[in-house]
Amino acid sequence: MSGIPHDHYEPKTGIEKWVHSRLPIVGLVYDTLMIPTPKNLNWWWIWGIVLAFCLALQIVTGIVLVMHYTPHVDLAFASVEHIMRDVNGGHMIRYLHMNGASLFFVAVYIHMFRGLFYGSYKAPREITWIIGMLIYLMMMGTAFMGYVLPWGQMSFWGATVITGLFGAIPFIGEPIQTWLLGGPAVDNATLNRFFSLHYLLPFVIAGLVIVHIWAFHHTGNNNPTGVEVRRGSKEEAEKDTLPFWPYFVIKDLFALAVVLLIFFAVVGFMPNYLGHPDNYIEANALATPAHIVPEWYFLPFYAILRAFTGDVWVVMFASWITGGIVDAKFFGVLAMFGAIAVMALAPWLDTSRVRSGQNRPMFKWWYRLLLLDFVVLMWAGAMPAEPPYSTISLIGSTYWFAYFLVILPLLGVIEKPTAAPATIEEDFKAKVAKSAAKAAK
Amino acid sequence: MLKKLAISAVAALTLAAGGAMAAGGAGHIEDVDFSFEGPFGKFDQMQLQRGLQVYTEVCSACHGLKYVPIRTLADHGGPQLPEDQVRAYAAEMSIYDADLDDDRPRTPADKFPESGLETAPDLSLMAKARAGFHGPYGSGINQFVQGMGGAEYIYSILTGYTGKEKEQAGTTFYENTAFPGGWISMAPPLAGEDVEYADGHSNSVHHEAEDVSAFLMWAAEPKMMDRQHTGFIAVLFLALLSVLLYLTNKRLWAPIKKAAKEG
Repeated sequence: MSGIPHDHYEPKTGIEKWVHSRLPIVGLVYDTLMIPTPKNLNWWWIWGIVLAFCLALQIVTGIVLVMHYTPHVDLAFASVEHIMRDVNGGHMIRYLHMNGASLFFVAVYIHMFRGLFYGSYKAPREITWIIGMLIYLMMMGTAFMGYVLPWGQMSFWGATVITGLFGAIPFIGEPIQTWLLGGPAVDNATLNRFFSLHYLLPFVIAGLVIVHIWAFHHTGNNNPTGVEVRRGSKEEAEKDTLPFWPYFVIKDLFALAVVLLIFFAVVGFMPNYLGHPDNYIEANALATPAHIVPEWYFLPFYAILRAFTGDVWVVMFASWITGGIVDAKFFGVLAMFGAIAVMALAPWLDTSRVRSGQNRPMFKWWYRLLLLDFVVLMWAGAMPAEPPYSTISLIGSTYWFAYFLVILPLLGVIEKPTAAPATIEEDFKAKVAKSAAKAAK
Repeated sequence: MLKKLAISAVAALTLAAGGAMAAGGAGHIEDVDFSFEGPFGKFDQMQLQRGLQVYTEVCSACHGLKYVPIRTLADHGGPQLPEDQVRAYAAEMSIYDADLDDDRPRTPADKFPESGLETAPDLSLMAKARAGFHGPYGSGINQFVQGMGGAEYIYSILTGYTGKEKEQAGTTFYENTAFPGGWISMAPPLAGEDVEYADGHSNSVHHEAEDVSAFLMWAAEPKMMDRQHTGFIAVLFLALLSVLLYLTNKRLWAPIKKAAKEG
């Protein structure tokens, strides 16, 4: 791999040379682990390892669950209870898998918002960002289909509502919906294909994760200053970086242990806190729950989906100009996918040449407002679709789009950035001096 | 910046969690101080046995527990009945056996019967399928300390009858302060002194309701005590691992930071 200059693996003994000339796998592992990493990475850079752990956890617990689960509308719910009551340690495995999905999304959201603040999406890391967004989309699909498998009331009605979104596409919507469901409504065919895909997608994610890591190993990590590692020579690069092993592996593992401590406390003491009670009622096509609420990690986008009702002028305008083809429902679907699309386009919408938010005095405030917006949308998404929540959702959705489509492009032009440290080495020294001064107090 | 992010993240989590629970009508849910609440809560074995008695003598007339294997009545962390009693208890209920083409007495390996009355919901998971507490503005923050309140929901239903009745489309509805909408089709199941407890415990409506709610919580989450134990051990070991990794990390970075300070 090219990128930042560093030592490469040199086979020394006879057997090492023998293997290396046939399959340079040791070299690949060595180069991956010894990647020069900016010294000044802060604690927001630990979530990658948490995410890798989550993927492994979900795959391992998931494989065990599949050994005891039955994907059939008459048996699925009972087979989950079988796991909870009869399978040795089954209750723990299932709660780990269930809450593991939540940890996965906590980690991915922090990871994404870290990237949005420090400008990790900017050149030359656009492909890393885009691959990351693809992983995020796959995660959402996997989580959604996984939630259907226990065949509870929220599984069934969540699946009905979400696949109904595809039905909102003009002309081809209904055939697509039928094709997705394998029939006119959510039924055994739906459960079976969701099960199949829920097992498949994590491995696709694993493949994309490798590409994601490959991409940023090529460009090098971003860092809090947004200043690039000097790469004129190995000596120069070494002033700015340390090898990933052991310095960042140990740091990341420490952070992972702390995160897992909290995670296991949740799994052990309140495993159903993030779930919905209705999912402990077996799916019933004849009884609609009072409120159909998706899992917490979908709520911000669910709020955006519901925000654009028929009485909003943009929706009325869209409907008028398309001769009624784009109705409120379809507009909501477009808005929801659009909200994710604008995030994916951030590398091209952000016109500022300064990478890190640390050196962007105006950006900082708009970014904080975006964080707040995300939280507000999450809350509004869980509330019934009625005033004042619908108005709050609409304001929140508007800001979400405004941030990416108006504020990011404009800020690059009007904002006067502050000076970034000249080098990572300088920033690291300043940080060490600052924390030493703090400790001395 | 960092603090701000952290606060937002925590707020997002708690808000969202609470929000997800906010569904359902608003009935008045009484908070009961159950023994199984909190990270170190434990099921009260005697209470579970009394609750089983209330379930058997009252609830089971209409309701079922179709997911609960009878053998689990002997399990650690449950009512812990002696095995011969579990066998005798099982034998009092019959089950259709396809091999015999006839009914036979149940064995501990069988499950409890399904609901006898078609409109009576199965109670296996009832304590987890209802949330008693929703929190201010749907935030659900109170669930951190009070739990989800499923057992409280059952208790409140059982004690929430006002005595008023009304008839609608041929069905009698009973006013209940805990039931969403205020009118429930289940007639008041407990009147007080419905069962005679062997341990001499009070058999007022409130005590019977408390006992059967605790029993149904166990029926819904029979591995709760095991789970809490596992969680506790995991947290303990992870705390130790965190300390060790913290010290390793500090030691590892010390020369690097020293060089940065001096250089």
